[in-house]
Amino acid sequence: MASPRNRRPGYSRRAQYSLFIGYVIAIAGVLVGAVLLLISKLDPPAFSALRAGTAEVTAPVSWGVGSVVRGIGSIPGWIGSYFGVHGENARLKEQVQRQEQVLLKARAIAYENIRLKKLLNMREPAIEDIINARLVSSSASSTRRYALLYAGIAQGVHAGMPVRGPDGLVGRVIEAGPDTARVLMVIDPESVIPVRRLKDGAPGFAAGRGDGLLEVRPIAMTTGQFAPGDILVTSGTGGIFPPNVPVAKVTERGRDSALAMPLARPDALDFATVMKAYLPPPPPPPQDTRP
Amino acid sequence: MSRPPSAFAPQTSPTGQWLIPVCSVIGGSLVTAVPFIATFPVLPPFGLMVLLAWRLMRPDALRVWAPIPFGLFDDLVSGQPLGSAVMLWSMAFLAIDMLDQRLVSRDFWQDWVLASGAIAFALIGGRLIATGLEAHVDTLLLFQVIVAVLLYPFVARLVAWLDRKRGRA
Repeated sequence: MASPRNRRPGYSRRAQYSLFIGYVIAIAGVLVGAVLLLISKLDPPAFSALRAGTAEVTAPVSWGVGSVVRGIGSIPGWIGSYFGVHGENARLKEQVQRQEQVLLKARAIAYENIRLKKLLNMREPAIEDIINARLVSSSASSTRRYALLYAGIAQGVHAGMPVRGPDGLVGRVIEAGPDTARVLMVIDPESVIPVRRLKDGAPGFAAGRGDGLLEVRPIAMTTGQFAPGDILVTSGTGGIFPPNVPVAKVTERGRDSALAMPLARPDALDFATVMKAYLPPPPPPPQDTRP
Repeated sequence: MSRPPSAFAPQTSPTGQWLIPVCSVIGGSLVTAVPFIATFPVLPPFGLMVLLAWRLMRPDALRVWAPIPFGLFDDLVSGQPLGSAVMLWSMAFLAIDMLDQRLVSRDFWQDWVLASGAIAFALIGGRLIATGLEAHVDTLLLFQVIVAVLLYPFVARLVAWLDRKRGRA
């Protein structure tokens, strides 16, 4: 087939000029794109208003479609769970018995913890939840990992607030619009979270890799490498994330870093809780040095 | 194809002529609104694929500068830094225009090769712009490119169907 040469304008001067101007605009478009790109690289929140405006329209649609899909998708699980219910019941009863002892011990420890903190007169910022909202869609075609939260400034959500799911940390809000907010997830290649190992508090950093896993590096080499099975929680360092939110479980030991699987699996996320940004206690005032 | 309409009969309403291509490309970009939280880049760039299909099958349907507004819209919904699709799509379309001048005849296979090149260029360029080199996304990106290239014929069929609708409208 000969290519359709509809672009060839013939002898009409006017058509020739308009085609020429079209190409000028197209080449200018490359430059405009480059300039926009430069601006958004140097000042990432520059166009957040535009993005938030679009999200205002897409988020309700995503939410509506999501409700329908979830309704239909829950039917097979409902039928399946009906059959497996006996075995599950026995298993759960056993588990409850086993965990009762642990729970009692944990309650005693928590009470003791509160008492000791009172004795020390320790000042701690309150960990407050702002709102529970649904994550409606994500940047599925991009190599960045953003999720769209269906709550925004009107609901008290602001940029910088940490977001957690039922199982663990999801990420933090980076842009907030009137009714939507954009969440930078922990698995984004540009996300770094200060963490510590649950069992001994060894500090480290958990950075997103872009493929759904986290790369964990210990801060001090003396504390040793993170080993498979270690649970990592936020340390509260840096002031954004409140301490003790579960983040990831180490799966594989690397050479100078370990691989970890985030505890909040993104594809299973629906609800998320936005928390108030955590501020660590201010440093103690300088000692009075007068004689 | 049905009988070609008479040369004198007004075939289409002028609004439908450009509304169908425009809406289909915007709809392609809006596929990112699917209610699903992705762990890695899984979704092909449908907006770009629809736009390429229109460009390769009906060069007269959209202007030469069409990638600028469509790219801008795609940047707003895709999560890429604003301006990346504007630049990459415009570059890909200028390259396609230049190749178009050289090629004497074209069939679907060549269209597919051109579209594959443009899709790979836009996705790899977008990855380089959006994400640092140390990120572990390259294998996944390769899969994304392959899936998008394999899906292109279906998008092209859809666009051809829309084009027939447009002709009858």
